Amino acid sequence: MHGCRHANDLPIPAPDATPPEELDGDNFTAVLPHEDDDAGTVYFRRLCMHCADPACVSACPVHALAKRDDGAVVYDRDLCIGCRYCFVACPFHVPTYTWTRTAPVVRKCFLCAHRLDAGQIPGCAAACPTGATVFGPRDVLLHLAREQIAAHPDRYVDHILGEHEAGGTDVLMIASIPFADLGIWTDVIERPLPELTWMVQEKIPYVIGTGGLLLGGLYWVINRRMRLGREGGEES
Amino acid sequence: MIRRRITVTRVILAIILLGGLVITVRRFALGLGAVTNLSDSTPWGLWVGFDVISGVALASGGFTMAFLAHISGDHQLRPLARPAILTALIGYLLVVMSLIYDLGLPWHMLNVVLNPNIHSVMFEVAWCVMLYTMVLFLEFLPSVFERFRAERWRRWLHAAAVPLYVLGIVLSTLHQSSLGSLYLIAPGKLHPLWYTEMLPLMFFLSALVIGMAMVMVEASLSARFLQHRLPMDALARLGQYLLFVVLLYVAFRVQDLTYRGVWDRVLDGSYESTFFVVENLLFLIALPILLHPGWRRRPATLISAGYLLVIAVVMHRLDVTFVGMRRATGAAYVPTLEEFWISLFLVTCGALVFGLAARTLPVFERGDGHAHDDAHADAGGAGRHRLA
Ligand code: SF4
Repeated sequence: MHGCRHANDLPIPAPDATPPEELDGDNFTAVLPHEDDDAGTVYFRRLCMHCADPACVSACPVHALAKRDDGAVVYDRDLCIGCRYCFVACPFHVPTYTWTRTAPVVRKCFLCAHRLDAGQIPGCAAACPTGATVFGPRDVLLHLAREQIAAHPDRYVDHILGEHEAGGTDVLMIASIPFADLGIWTDVIERPLPELTWMVQEKIPYVIGTGGLLLGGLYWVINRRMRLGREGGEES
Repeated sequence: MIRRRITVTRVILAIILLGGLVITVRRFALGLGAVTNLSDSTPWGLWVGFDVISGVALASGGFTMAFLAHISGDHQLRPLARPAILTALIGYLLVVMSLIYDLGLPWHMLNVVLNPNIHSVMFEVAWCVMLYTMVLFLEFLPSVFERFRAERWRRWLHAAAVPLYVLGIVLSTLHQSSLGSLYLIAPGKLHPLWYTEMLPLMFFLSALVIGMAMVMVEASLSARFLQHRLPMDALARLGQYLLFVVLLYVAFRVQDLTYRGVWDRVLDGSYESTFFVVENLLFLIALPILLHPGWRRRPATLISAGYLLVIAVVMHRLDVTFVGMRRATGAAYVPTLEEFWISLFLVTCGALVFGLAARTLPVFERGDGHAHDDAHADAGGAGRHRLA
C-alpha cells in the first residue's frame, strides 16, 4: 500500500491511522482482512483488475478510459465528462471519484502506467517484500499461479481469480479460501461484459435503416389511401 | 380572492426558484459532494434516476403522438400532438439541464461529439438526446412561425415535417430503449427481478406507456390551469392505444419472468420484491380502467389511469436505478434536500416555460386547415384560446 502511495503521489496517512476499508480517491489499492470461520484472518487485496476486455472502457462514451497494449487500463481526465457510467459497468466495484472537488476525476489503479513507461514495475510489486504481489506477462503469471497451487494444494484453493472472470483479467489472484467466501466478486460472470451491450449497440444501423423505411412507407401508404379516399368523394 | 391565490402561488414559485439558484451556485462552486449524497457506491442518484432516466421517458409523448397523429394518420389525435411535442421539447431541454448539473465535468461535454466511443451505450443515449432535441425544436418551430405569420418559413418546414417526424421516432426508439441497455452491462449488480436481456424492449414499451399517459395528465392539467377544454374524444381514443401498449408491456413482463424462471423471487418478501410488486400492480390496476369502455370515456377515470401509469413507469425507472442496484453496491442512498430541490426547481422552470408558450403560441390549436372531429376546434388566428 505504501509502495502504491509513493508511486502515485497519494497522501501518506499517519502511522496510527486506521487502514482504509474500501478503495477511494486516495487509495488505489487496499489490503483488507476477512474473518473466516476455519482459516482465521485472511487478507486480500482490492485493486483494479485490469480486465482483458474492460467493461469500464466499453462503457466510457468518450474514450477517457483506455486499455493499453501492456494491459494497463488508464484514464485521461481531459476527455472525461464525468458521467460515471464506468462505476455502473465495472463488475469489481473499482472506480472511485473525488466527489468534493469542483472538477472531480476518476481515481483507480492505473497499473502505474507512468512507471511502466519508464521501464519500472508497478509500485506495489516493487515494494512487496514477500513475493505475494508479482508483476509479469499474463501467461507467465498464470503458469506461476498454477505451479503454486499444484505445489501447495493444502494452502491454496484451486481457483485463479481473473483467469475467466469477466472474460479474463490481467490481475490474477489465488487464495487459501474460496473467493466466494469473501463475499465480494460473487456475481461476476465469465463472459466479457462489453459483449452484452454491443449485442444491442451493433443493431443500431439496422434500426435506423428499417425503422426509417418502415415509417416512411407506412406514411406513404396511409397518406395515399386517404388522398384517394378524399378524391373518391369525401367519405370521411 | 383570485388575486390573493395567485400571490400565494407566486410566493411559492419565487421560493422554489430562489432556492434553486442558491443551490446551483453551491453545486458549481463547491462540487457534487457538497450538495448531493452521491458516493462511489451510489454514483447515480436522483438527478440521473429521476431527472434524466425518468425525464426522457416522461417526454416520450412527443414521438408517440407524432407517430399516432402524423405517421399512422389518426387525425382524431391531432389536437393532442402539438402540446405533446412542446412538452417533449421542454422535457428534453430539462434533461440537458439536469446533465449539466449531474456531470462531473460538464464543460467536457463536447467530447461526446469529438471523441465518441461507439461501443458505449452512453454514447448512443447522448447522441440521440442531442439530435432529438434539435429535431423537436424543428418540429415545434411551425407554431412559432404561425404566431408571427411567417408563412413562407412555415411552408418550408411543412415540407420537411414528415421526414422530421420519422427521424424523431427512430431516434426516440433508439435512446428510449438504450436507457434500458445501459444496465445490460451490469448483470451481477442489477437484481434479477429487473435484469433481463429484454431491458431495452421493456424500457421502450414503458416509454410508450408513459408517453401517452403523460399526454392525458397534461391535458387535464392544462384544462385546469390554462382553462382549456378537455379534448375528451381524442383522449378516449388515445386510451385505446394506451390499453394496447399496457397489455403488451404486461404480456412481455409475464413472459420474461416465466422464461427466466424468477417468479419465486417476485413473492419472496424481500425489499426488492416489495418494490417490484407495487410497481407492476400499478400497471395492473390501470388495466381495467382502460378496458372498460365507459370508464375510458369518463374524464375522471381515464385521467386517473393516466396518473397511475405515469407513476408506474417512473417507479420502474427508479427501481432499476436504486432499488435493484442497492444490494450489489451495499449502500443505502437517500437524496439530499438539495437534490430534491434542484429536481423541483427544474420541473418548475419547465412548467413555467410551458405555461408561457401555451399562452403566447398556437399550441392548443391547429392552424393548417386539417379537418378533425373536434367540433369546437376552430383553427382560427394565432394565439387565441378557447375557454371552457
Ligand atoms: S476492474 Fe473495473 S475498473 Fe478495472 S479494468 Fe475491469 S472494469 Fe475497468
